[in-house]
Amino acid sequence: MSSIAFRRRAQLGLLLGPVSLFLAVFFLGPLAIMIVTSFLAPGLYGGVEWTWYPHNYGRILGFADPMFEDFDPVYIAIFLRSLKIAALTVVATLLVCYPAAFCISRLSERWKNFCLFLITLPFFTSLIVRLFIWVLILRQTGLVNSVLLNTGVVARPLELIYTDGAIVLGMVYVFIPFMFMPVYASVEKLDWTLVRASLDLGAGPIRTFLRIILPLTAPGIAGGAVIVFIPALGNFVVPAILGGAKVMMLGNLIEQQFLAARNWPFGSALAMMVMSVMLVLLCVYVIVSGRRGIDAATGR
Amino acid sequence: MRDSIVRLEKAAKAFGTPEGQTVTALDAIDLTVRRNEFLTLLGPSGCGKTTLLQAISGFVELDSGRILIDGEDMTDRPPYRRPVNTVFQNYALFPHMTVGENTGYALEVAGIARPERAKRVAEALRMVGLDGMEGRKPRQLSGGQQQRVALARAIIARPKLLLLDEPLSALDKNLRQAMQIELKTLQHDLGISFIFVTHDQQEALTMSDRVAVLSGGRIQQLDTPRAIYDQPKNSFVATFVGASNLFEGRAEGARLVTGDGLSIAHAKAGASGAATALIRPEQFFLAQQGDTAPSLDVDLEQIVFVGSTFELFGRTATGRRVIAEIPAARRNLVGEIEQSRRARLAYDPAAVHLIPAEAA
Repeated sequence: MSSIAFRRRAQLGLLLGPVSLFLAVFFLGPLAIMIVTSFLAPGLYGGVEWTWYPHNYGRILGFADPMFEDFDPVYIAIFLRSLKIAALTVVATLLVCYPAAFCISRLSERWKNFCLFLITLPFFTSLIVRLFIWVLILRQTGLVNSVLLNTGVVARPLELIYTDGAIVLGMVYVFIPFMFMPVYASVEKLDWTLVRASLDLGAGPIRTFLRIILPLTAPGIAGGAVIVFIPALGNFVVPAILGGAKVMMLGNLIEQQFLAARNWPFGSALAMMVMSVMLVLLCVYVIVSGRRGIDAATGR
Repeated sequence: MRDSIVRLEKAAKAFGTPEGQTVTALDAIDLTVRRNEFLTLLGPSGCGKTTLLQAISGFVELDSGRILIDGEDMTDRPPYRRPVNTVFQNYALFPHMTVGENTGYALEVAGIARPERAKRVAEALRMVGLDGMEGRKPRQLSGGQQQRVALARAIIARPKLLLLDEPLSALDKNLRQAMQIELKTLQHDLGISFIFVTHDQQEALTMSDRVAVLSGGRIQQLDTPRAIYDQPKNSFVATFVGASNLFEGRAEGARLVTGDGLSIAHAKAGASGAATALIRPEQFFLAQQGDTAPSLDVDLEQIVFVGSTFELFGRTATGRRVIAEIPAARRNLVGEIEQSRRARLAYDPAAVHLIPAEAA
């Protein structure tokens, strides 16, 4: 190896050193602890007992005890509901962000920057405060219900809060910026002469959208979907505030196991489960976008 | 009427600038393109040539006037319902499709079955010299090859008219010249009309059956390349196409006298009144002892050797700039004037073109 190449490598190592060390200590370390914990028996008053106990995973699948006698898929149900809510969040944020990205990308430079600033604006205030404002809007005596009651649209207040719908609404509200940024980046990059070329070659607007615009912006859509889906699946703040005690998601379940039930091994097993689902999804994403992403999107 | 493929009638278009002014891109243009014709729209940037092309392809809506293609009124038809295809300046190939998919796009959209499509794609690619490249992606091709794919894609559906928007401007010089010849041959083989937009006058003269010189949203002159070059209608055309020496003055009999007292001989005996005389640089030759041809005496400022010719940059006694081109074969004469820095530039009065003042 030449000395220049060696120096380059040394510099690179030096630059990457701190972050590698940080990740090793604060990410891989806890991860290893969690993997180990998830195979141990829960202690009576929290903590763990050092015995091999894989039944934490059996419990997730619905077998309440190591005897495999009772079957109650309550955790699977929570898992499926979380998947559903996360998926709905992805679809709803996409429906909001995709058209908005097209509008904003066609504005003048000044208005573009202003709109992007507006989209990042919510980050300046606390998420908790913003979610509690949604409680004020949605609750029985809240803004929406009082308007509907006073105008006589409904006779009795609607049940808006503490529903799946309220959680999705809150999630959409929280995750719109995360969807918007990648979608906007790919829409902004779109070469409009390609759209012209498609129209010129006889393809109508709908066909041009399906065959040209959609495939070319697919990487942004896929990126946004991953960035929104993964944190939405494990989110516990939104369901805790807008779902109340009625609707539980994976995030709340894990939090509950660690803090309230003090069953660390079971909490760890749940967390491992969520993580493996996310890993699978990420692998799919990487493979699909590795094949140029677009080819798959056009069904070829 | 039957021999025209495109007719524009009083086509007008104006754009508003961000500063609040209006720019007339098309000023009531009448234009007829013949069947099987290679027509070039030539002009400086901002002259309206691209707007004119986009009005024909349907991407620019006219403020007033009509466009007929093959006798049918197309004025209000969207681009995807016009029997016209375009080769775009930056090629605009679809990056997510292969060369074959790009080429066959118009057929796919038209609902042509896959086997038939594959056959015609192969045929179109063969025409542009890219046989067997169907499976490549556009980014794996060179600029020249991408250009050819764009061409194949635009001709595959046999449009009634092919529009080319400065398609050669991104290619290097040698490739550009080769493509010029190929385009002309392709147009002849296909038997469809081409409208070609360029700001390169050499390109326009080389390829076209007719050239329309545009400026300020108007067609200044529409004629064969030779007529455009030899008999420009006004001084804009004379200066935009080729290098030129213009002498404004008054024509009296067989002479034109300029304000600074030069006398230019010409062959148009009947001409009178204000006019401009045009002498192309290559019409000058170096007068030798005993030559009787009319001539101009100049002081030489620069002599530039460009290979096939010497370019002489001179000034008359009254300070007027004159450019002359002397074939390099006559370099012995050039050697003489390099010493004296003076030259007597002779010309044939028959080669002098007179532009009447009202047109200038």
